Amino acid sequence: MSLLSFYARNTTEVLGLIWQHLYLVALSTGAATIIGVPLGMLLTRRPAWRGSVLGLANIFQTVPSLALFGILIPILGIGFWTAVTALVVYALLPIVRNTYTGIAGVDPAVREAGRGMGMTDGELLRLVELPLAASVILAGIRVATVVSVGVATIGAAIGAGGLGVYIFRGVAVVDDTLILAGAIPAALMALAADGALGLLERRLAWHR
Amino acid sequence: MVSPLVQDVSFTVGAGETVVILGRSGSGKTTTLKLINRLLEPTAGDVLIAGERTAAVEPTRLRRRIGYVIQEVGLFPHFTVAENVGLVPRLEGWLAERIAARVRDLLGLVGLDPDTFVARYPHQLSGGQRQRVGVARALAADPPLLLLDEPFGALDPITRVELQREFRGLEGRLGKGMVFVTHDVREGLLLGTRIGLMHGGRLVFLGTPEEFGKADHPEAVAFMRAADPGPAARG
Repeated sequence: MSLLSFYARNTTEVLGLIWQHLYLVALSTGAATIIGVPLGMLLTRRPAWRGSVLGLANIFQTVPSLALFGILIPILGIGFWTAVTALVVYALLPIVRNTYTGIAGVDPAVREAGRGMGMTDGELLRLVELPLAASVILAGIRVATVVSVGVATIGAAIGAGGLGVYIFRGVAVVDDTLILAGAIPAALMALAADGALGLLERRLAWHR
Repeated sequence: MVSPLVQDVSFTVGAGETVVILGRSGSGKTTTLKLINRLLEPTAGDVLIAGERTAAVEPTRLRRRIGYVIQEVGLFPHFTVAENVGLVPRLEGWLAERIAARVRDLLGLVGLDPDTFVARYPHQLSGGQRQRVGVARALAADPPLLLLDEPFGALDPITRVELQREFRGLEGRLGKGMVFVTHDVREGLLLGTRIGLMHGGRLVFLGTPEEFGKADHPEAVAFMRAADPGPAARG
């Protein structure tokens, strides 16, 4: 059975799974951004916390994704929200780390000029540090998004849906077409996210 | 006990007066300057502006009333010239039209055509133009006191002399108190109403340029000798 005829006969189901997959990725990356960017900002103000927070995020990152799902199931059960939680945990490290690195990388002379002009810490952050760090922060979000697209396929194993449904089904019945039917759109989605966010990142980069 | 970075530093700056703080690298010039706008806090002693102890003023409020000019890195790379110059008025909540008018006036004052320069970014300017923008920015909210930390230090010699001459003209017209840090003795003699010489974290001399030329402190003599290469070098 060819891939195209498979898609032709299962159009509704395919679109539904693509939508589910997108939703998983967008929701978790969005939540990780909302948590991660302020956390990264906080670390630049509390350097003493840096080691422990980034260390913890690093540890989470090293847990294999299937194992992380396994750890979360006894706590959260199976289903969509467990998958979202796991994806958020994965997406946090690149976002927190890049936010911290981006802000910490702002030229100290520029920062001191801002303080010398009479900026409050909040103004310095909003007007100088965040704009100058924007492209680095976005690079972190981009990495997180691409990783999420891949990890989200495993969400199917715990009933969260998404394109992983075809992959797991294909593996179970040893059907290459079925595996590809899930893997190809997921790969294209990762490439598209990478390309689009990369474009945005270059637009945000300021010129010296 | 930790030895202080600077000590025994005492001077006053009047309106229309430029006190040049001269010294070698590491002599405590910049430290002294930063003690004035509280980028550094003194462990002992007081800084007073218009009779008020700066320690009693909230740092951000204090700094908005003190113009601050630094070497060219001080411009915000992601701000246009207009945004850089209008920064302090914007922080102070001025209306947009008033800021725009002020920016144009100031650019004119420092010799930059407003129509050409308002929309440019710092990386599109020459070193001399950047420094002019830096001076305009420091003057934006019309502060009574200006601090300048080697503002012309990174410029090529020709541009430097050009800006020094113009700055000299500006000094007289503005009538502001200025503290000007430099290691260039010629610049100090040209621009200073008085010269304060720093050596090893202490103010070892304070007086007019004429008095400085006759001072017998070895550091002052060394600086004067550096300014005048002597008959042998002149050939």
